Amino acid sequence: MITVKHLTKRYGSHLAVDDISFTVQDGEIVGFLGPNGAGKSTTMNMLTGYISSSSGEALINETDILDNPIRAKRDIGYLPELPPLYQEMTVMRYLHFVYDLKKCKLPRKAHLTEICNLCKIADVKDRIIKNLSKGYRQRVGLAQALVGNPPILILDEPTVGLDPNQMLEMRTLIKRLGKRHTVILSSHILSEIQAVCDRVIIINKGKIVADGAIDTLAQSMSQNHRLKVRLDGNVAEVLQTFRAIEGVAKVQQSAQQESGLYDYELEPIGNADLRKAVNAAAQANGWNIYRMESGMLTLEDIFLKVTMGEWQAEQKSSVSAAAVKKSAESAEMTATIDDKPETTEEEAK
Amino acid sequence: MGAIYRRELGAFFNSAIGPVFLTVFYLGSGLLFWLFCLSYATTDMSNYFAWMRLVMVLILPLLTMRLLSEERAQKTDQGLLTAPISLGGIVLGKYFAALTVYAMGIAIVFVYAILLSFFGTVAWSIVLSNFIALFLMGAAFMGITLFLSAFTANQFIAYVLGIVALVVLYVIDFLSGTISSTADTVAANSTVLGTLLGWLGTAMESVSFFSRIYDFTYGLFNLSSVLLYVSTAVLFNFFTIRVFETRRWR
Repeated sequence: MITVKHLTKRYGSHLAVDDISFTVQDGEIVGFLGPNGAGKSTTMNMLTGYISSSSGEALINETDILDNPIRAKRDIGYLPELPPLYQEMTVMRYLHFVYDLKKCKLPRKAHLTEICNLCKIADVKDRIIKNLSKGYRQRVGLAQALVGNPPILILDEPTVGLDPNQMLEMRTLIKRLGKRHTVILSSHILSEIQAVCDRVIIINKGKIVADGAIDTLAQSMSQNHRLKVRLDGNVAEVLQTFRAIEGVAKVQQSAQQESGLYDYELEPIGNADLRKAVNAAAQANGWNIYRMESGMLTLEDIFLKVTMGEWQAEQKSSVSAAAVKKSAESAEMTATIDDKPETTEEEAK
Repeated sequence: MGAIYRRELGAFFNSAIGPVFLTVFYLGSGLLFWLFCLSYATTDMSNYFAWMRLVMVLILPLLTMRLLSEERAQKTDQGLLTAPISLGGIVLGKYFAALTVYAMGIAIVFVYAILLSFFGTVAWSIVLSNFIALFLMGAAFMGITLFLSAFTANQFIAYVLGIVALVVLYVIDFLSGTISSTADTVAANSTVLGTLLGWLGTAMESVSFFSRIYDFTYGLFNLSSVLLYVSTAVLFNFFTIRVFETRRWR
């Protein structure tokens, strides 16, 4: 278990991490999300004892990392942003070194072989690290974190620099590791966090701006439950039918998307779920639904909202129209997102 | 500490540093051996040892320059500092690895002594005490150069800093005798200035790392010299650990 209480890191007058508190229970996989320079790496470096906090405390299984660093570090496997690999060593010699460094007690050969197989580096184990590709180095970095089988894994951007296939493999591996370890994983790739993590902590400008399960966050932050539907059928008829559905406040029709197909946006009264009624109406009239999308927030929306400072975990205030527009237009923010999460699309016949 | 010691020792010989150090050391000492022992047809090695000090100034920083700077440059220090070991273990592991390579270098004096023993009687106690003196002096100097290398991520800068520090010590050593003798002359005219210069001379003599080795070359085992070398090594290793500790807080 990791307990962080009022952790702060100050570099001169710059507050890199500003009074953050959170707890990670055993067995959780927590995603640490934030724009570049938000304080993710600084927080991880404090949790692992690489740098000291200016104030506050970080407890690793009830041991303060500053009071008893050796005891606390024994429980952590850390993959820093740049894996700490000695270029001139072979993979196996390096892992043996890490094994000795961590004063590991597990049966040496069996343990290291298991790790090599798990991280899929068995085929390069006698090669010099300098000559390995980025993907392999990253995996060797993960392997060194796994040596000694620490209950907590802290992984700082484990998929950075990997190709899409390797990314997928790494995610699968982390998910597997999550069954036996507590994992904190930082990333600025939203789909990755969505695919791997149970819970997400979003940090911005050194502060935690959101903390919770992705769905819970989405629900509590969603301001509208608008439904977008694409279907064929006569526009006037469709509009009339939809307006007649109980719970519909407003229906809007947008331009023709494909030949004969139009998009409609239905705004419900309150949080009413309109999907069932829309389906029924389409069926009754013999229309075909080509696409249906609810206005539930994706992780990307959540990320944009909280990091643009429109929504604070504490206040849960309503989102102003102007601010929403600002986030949509913010090209700078989208630039930090490499990979967009899939939209919640449902295809229906 | 053991893991780091073994890794560093391996790294010395997997990289160019170990072989280059030993080659230069053996070449330099071989040249001096030929100049001061073989060409004079003498088994007296004291001149040889006196000149070895200069060789040390130039090549000792080679051994310590990359120990800490390279870790910072490659960001591998992150692996060490987040491992369940003490800072002291990290620093001392590296220090002792460098000291071991150095000892391998100076052990060549025994080879020379064996060679000389074919031509005459070798005073083995003097050879041994010289070896110990070189070892202790190197241990003190490497403490200093390792400490300096903790301040930079560039091994070349670490090397230059090391050489500068050792040259400064050499100059202090060189001047201390002159100042002491000047103090005596000045004291005849001006007692105050003479006393001040006398103090300065004494202070400088007390850190005369280089000339202290002369006692050993005559087979004298001077306890205060041994204490100076050992305590310098201990003190600077301690300082190095402190540098690491304070860096975390910044």
